[in-house]
Amino acid sequence: MSDSSLSGGAPMHRGPYISMITNRTMNLLIRAAMLFMVGVFLALVLNLLQVQRNVTLFPPDVISSIFSSAWWLPPCCGTAAALIGLLYPCMDRRLGEPHKLKREWSNVMRCVAVFVGINHASAKVDFVNNVQLSLTLAALSVGLWWTFDRSRSGFGLGVIIAILATLATQLLVYNGVFQYTSPDFLYIRSWLPCIFFAGVITVGNIGRQLALVNFYFQF
Amino acid sequence: MNEIQEERLRQNISAAFYRHGLLCASYPVPIILFTSASILTCCYPLLKLPLPGTGPVEFTTGVRDYSTPSHESQGDLSERPDWYRGPPVAYIQQVLVKAAVSPWDNSLVPVDVFRSPLGRVFSVLEEIRNHVYTDRSLEALCLQVTDLLPGLRRMQAVLPEHGCLLVSPGNYWQNRRDLFDADPDLLKTVHQHEPKGLHTSATLKDLLFGVPGKQTGVNLYSKKRVVTYTITIALSSYDARFVASLRARLKQLHPSANCTLREDHMVHVHFKEEIGIAELIPLVTTYIILFAYIYFSTRKIDMVKSKWGLALAAVVTVLSSLLMSVGLCTLFGLTPTLNGGEIFPYLVVVIGLENVLVLTKSVVSTPVDLEVKLRIAQGLSNESWSIMKNMATELCIILIGYFTFVPAIQEFCLFAVVGLVSDFFLQMFFFTTVLSIDIRRMELADLNRRLPAEAGMPPPKPGPLRPRETPPPPRPSPHTITLQAPAFRNLRLPKRLRVVYFLARTRLAQRIIMVGTVIWIGILVYTDPAGLRTFLAAQVSEQSPLGEAGLPPHLGVAPVFPGGDPTSTLSGLPAPEPTPLPENQSQGHRAAHPEVAPVSSPQITWGPEDEELWRRLSFRHWPSLFSYYNITLAKRYISILPVIPVTLHLSPQEAIDTRHPQDTHHAPPPSIKTSDLQTDLTLYKVAALGLFAGVVLVLLLFCLYRVLCPRNYGQNGVPHGRRRRGDLPCDEYGYSPPISEISPLLLRGHSMDIECLASDGMLLASCCLVGHIRVWDAQTGDCLTVIPNNGLRRSSSSGCWEHRDGWDHISACEAESLLGADFREPGGGAVGGQDVDIFPIRRRTTPARPALFGDQPDLTPLIDTNFGLSPPSQALSSSGFDFGGLVEKAYQEHEPSPTLAFPPSPPPVLPPELPPQNNGDWDSSVWAMELRGNLIATGRSSGKLELWDAVEGSLRCSNEDGVSGITALAFLNNRIVAARLNGSLDFFTVEITKPLGLLQYRGPPGRGSLPPSPCYSSEDVISCQLTRSVQCAHQKPITVLKAAAGRVVTGSQDHTVRVYRLEDSCCLFTLQGHSGGITAIYIDQTMVLASGGQDGTICVWDVLTGSRVSHVYGHRGDVTSLVCTTSCIISSGLDDLICIWDRSTGIKLYSIQQEVGCGASLGVISESLLVTGGQGCVSFWDLNYGDLLQTVYLGQSSEGQSVRQLLVLDNAAIVCDFGSELSLVYVPSVLEKLD
Repeated sequence: MSDSSLSGGAPMHRGPYISMITNRTMNLLIRAAMLFMVGVFLALVLNLLQVQRNVTLFPPDVISSIFSSAWWLPPCCGTAAALIGLLYPCMDRRLGEPHKLKREWSNVMRCVAVFVGINHASAKVDFVNNVQLSLTLAALSVGLWWTFDRSRSGFGLGVIIAILATLATQLLVYNGVFQYTSPDFLYIRSWLPCIFFAGVITVGNIGRQLALVNFYFQF
Repeated sequence: MNEIQEERLRQNISAAFYRHGLLCASYPVPIILFTSASILTCCYPLLKLPLPGTGPVEFTTGVRDYSTPSHESQGDLSERPDWYRGPPVAYIQQVLVKAAVSPWDNSLVPVDVFRSPLGRVFSVLEEIRNHVYTDRSLEALCLQVTDLLPGLRRMQAVLPEHGCLLVSPGNYWQNRRDLFDADPDLLKTVHQHEPKGLHTSATLKDLLFGVPGKQTGVNLYSKKRVVTYTITIALSSYDARFVASLRARLKQLHPSANCTLREDHMVHVHFKEEIGIAELIPLVTTYIILFAYIYFSTRKIDMVKSKWGLALAAVVTVLSSLLMSVGLCTLFGLTPTLNGGEIFPYLVVVIGLENVLVLTKSVVSTPVDLEVKLRIAQGLSNESWSIMKNMATELCIILIGYFTFVPAIQEFCLFAVVGLVSDFFLQMFFFTTVLSIDIRRMELADLNRRLPAEAGMPPPKPGPLRPRETPPPPRPSPHTITLQAPAFRNLRLPKRLRVVYFLARTRLAQRIIMVGTVIWIGILVYTDPAGLRTFLAAQVSEQSPLGEAGLPPHLGVAPVFPGGDPTSTLSGLPAPEPTPLPENQSQGHRAAHPEVAPVSSPQITWGPEDEELWRRLSFRHWPSLFSYYNITLAKRYISILPVIPVTLHLSPQEAIDTRHPQDTHHAPPPSIKTSDLQTDLTLYKVAALGLFAGVVLVLLLFCLYRVLCPRNYGQNGVPHGRRRRGDLPCDEYGYSPPISEISPLLLRGHSMDIECLASDGMLLASCCLVGHIRVWDAQTGDCLTVIPNNGLRRSSSSGCWEHRDGWDHISACEAESLLGADFREPGGGAVGGQDVDIFPIRRRTTPARPALFGDQPDLTPLIDTNFGLSPPSQALSSSGFDFGGLVEKAYQEHEPSPTLAFPPSPPPVLPPELPPQNNGDWDSSVWAMELRGNLIATGRSSGKLELWDAVEGSLRCSNEDGVSGITALAFLNNRIVAARLNGSLDFFTVEITKPLGLLQYRGPPGRGSLPPSPCYSSEDVISCQLTRSVQCAHQKPITVLKAAAGRVVTGSQDHTVRVYRLEDSCCLFTLQGHSGGITAIYIDQTMVLASGGQDGTICVWDVLTGSRVSHVYGHRGDVTSLVCTTSCIISSGLDDLICIWDRSTGIKLYSIQQEVGCGASLGVISESLLVTGGQGCVSFWDLNYGDLLQTVYLGQSSEGQSVRQLLVLDNAAIVCDFGSELSLVYVPSVLEKLD
């Protein structure tokens, strides 16, 4: 209880606004930081999955090479994850239709596992051709959305962000920042949008779940 | 048509599940035995499978009839592994050299142990390189390698490039004898390539020496003084005759006596796919996610006897179903080619724990009073349809996956299908049975617990007055209040303490350290189980102090010395030594052996352990050697030929000759320290260091703790521990984001606890235990009217007893202070004559709350004026003077038989002395009150219904048709419904003779389509007619009565809910579904009807059809209140838990733990704002997200008082009743939202 409320009959005279602001922002910051870390972690792991598809044996300094090759990638993914993860609950609030479907951590974990699985499949399973691979992944991504999200807003946001991200990647590759081994959709792989979409859904799911949790971590 | 079929199917399924559930619950033990047996049978084929892992697999063939296996598999050779096809990557021929200087001579220095033996490697190498057998040379047969990988520049000087893959210790000196001889410190050269710190794969030393580091004997403290190394040759093709001739030649040159190594077996080693760190990280990630999933899933298991047991059973179910699927697949000849470890997490996620959890929840939410068998059966059949539907959906998805025709996906799908089916089987048999056992145990435990408790408390559920009796809040005695209050106050802590608390609460540091250690060990063990040992051994043996001597690197020194070194030039020459010579030498020395041996002459022995010395190497030895040349051994194999033994004996003279001048400069070894001792010492050192570091860490943490934490850390820490969302309604740290500035308005004036509250949005009426009714303006909080109750003779409500109990022991000590209290009473003198009537009561309460009137707003003038104005009070006052005596009498009457009026569940007993005698109704207490417009309807214990004018405080009309006490009232439009203690229901009509009064409305309509409150003017003549009386509405007392949308709903002790139509008082439905008395009902304008009972269940009904929409088992103990919004149901129970349910699905969204005794008070302000009462405070919650928005404290005097009733007004003010005070809380932002 605040000190002011103890001193007089009418509690909370001036403290609450400041505390509210600090608490809200604190909450937001913590959530953003967690999402950022999730994004960085997923980016590292999934990047590793993609890298190892072509290389089976690594020279001893493989770890350093992985971490140094594209140092800007994990932070980018982390920032994107933080933005998306905050955007989803915010959008839910604005639209006034809170996400209802099975809001539980176990479900979120399931979603993340499926997302990693989709990446795993894209990296490791040998498909006959790229079209099949892309179609399979697209079906899996939509299935992911249906299983774990089922909100129209989530779908729309996912599609928009996936398109934007694909565009950004196209631009990056066009400018020669990095490249894909066998591009089949302009400069990139055609399954990339599906992965982006699944990622957005997953991160949005995490963000929504985090928004449910109140962090009582105050200074 | 389809629907009918579907319905029939559904019924069939549900019936089948029901029977199955009965079966499972009836014979638990045989069924568990049966399932265990079937699990074991299905897993039996797994024994044949190789253990998962990345270790190499071996296959041994004979050398004589060896031929390179063809690519096609031959069906007849069943013992051949299927990887044994095609030529190997390489044939490995190792020449194992054991060399020793013998006889050992005391004049020799330690370096001599290995310098000359190592020097001989060059001659052997020369011999091998130059060996020719009928035009075939080594060059033609050996494996040609090209560049090293670009990342290995530092190895370039050591490993061969662009030529035969032939490695030996000579590589350290580029296979040049002159460099070797010029090297002043051999050990440094050997060790300079060793990686510092942790390494998990084969080191360069292992690669070049070809034997484990410990066995080389290349160190200064070797006891045996035998140097062992190998020359490893990789052959690309196998020429039996060439190898044989090489073997013969070497044997001839360096014969090994008593060497009985077998030479007829060739070992093929197959390497599985590499799992490097790069692959390990995703794998570990998936496993972490998997465990998180399992953790979060099993955490949801609730309301069972042993959570852990059931969680374990759930995990066992899933895991064994996976094992069964693999076993079944192998049984039918589908060998798994996928990497099991990789797909396993995904399989678990596909199969999932959901079904198990759904089953548990369904069974748990069946009525508790049923038999266990029936509960299981019912739970199963309730969920049967959804389980079957899910199963079918999953199978469909997998089937679609199967038709992608990607082999890997097909295999995955196959496994998943079998896994799903076996999982279903296990769920149905194994898990259901375990669940039945668990439920049975819980019931036993409950029974045991309940029996003594019920014996101890005679009236656990006093029937008729349930809704009002919900606050039997175990009134916190002063003692507990003083304990609690500081705990709340101290919570505003300095920042640093909060950081420490946070760290301590989450145990962040320990967890991180633990997880880190576990992961590190896991990686270590997984990648290199054998290497760990080698590593430790090597690390220990390399601890020789001389290795670190700061000598210049040999390569820098080597060019300087050759000229000045006589021995090097000498020994540089004998490389092309005549071959017979060493033979003779060794022969001679072996002959000389026996004589000198007793001293400490090194013995060269060959034993069976030397046959396959490569086995002692790390299993990554060969892969890493080949990987340096970018040749992968993954999924391929190499063939290791039998080793060629070579024995070298050197004379001491030779050893002295080959010495480097610096060798003798080495300090004589700190000789007594043998390497064993070294080993021990290093280990001890490491252990001591670790221990020391641990102690220091503990001390440091302890100091930190001492500095940062106060003494009472433990006390404060306890409530913090393991806090979940919404654990405390009154925010632990004292604040939370407020909606805006909210200051509660205190309404004081009642002298006793407030019993009834009623409001129509504009006015607020409250009635206390003594029967005073006060009317307040809901906007401003001004007291408008006081309707005193002068005849307090039969204040026989339960709350009064509670108070009297309290008074009994304080009254003695307060007797002398009575007089003083009189004079301190500020309102007492002003109120005058009337006040004398209630004086005794007030006098008693004042000392308990001395500060009550200290900071009170100016209510006293209001009271004064009202009393002066109110005309009826004069009439009433006449009967009040003998009040004191009456009270005493009433007490005496009630003392001997306090429980008489409220038997637990009796047939309705009328209060024994109903007052037919005198003029007034003052002798009975108010049991129910309703407020509409400016009319207050009160129902009294005497069965009398009265209508009061709220503004003027005058009695407008009364009706005494009934004799049984009115337990609940509903006032809708111009009808009043009264429920009586004897279970009858009376419908009254209020008639106003002057219709004009109905025309004016007071205030805007509140929410939705709520009918506006008509205002009756004071001139109207109001009469109240009993239109209909339903005599036996219920078999037992009516506990709840709610009216809305033209319906009247009653709930009773007889477990039923009845719905009546208001206009014609016709009973529409009798709703049955509860297995206990009804304790809470909610109905609103939209015809949503929900009811909660003593059994803890909540039912949602369709008012139009009378059917049950959903049925959940929510609380342990009674449901005390119920509120619905358009999307969810909020319920609170005697377990002080507030649960929020999804209205359409009946799924519990979340729950909020309330403080003891505050559970019942809750209200919904808007669709998304929930308000709950706490200990002296109210809390606002965001319904959609479950966030605590704000806690408002109601005033300092109310700290210990819990909010017992909570009323939400239309203009979003909240009225709370705590003790004798009311509190008005406005939520302005909500108002804005509504507008």
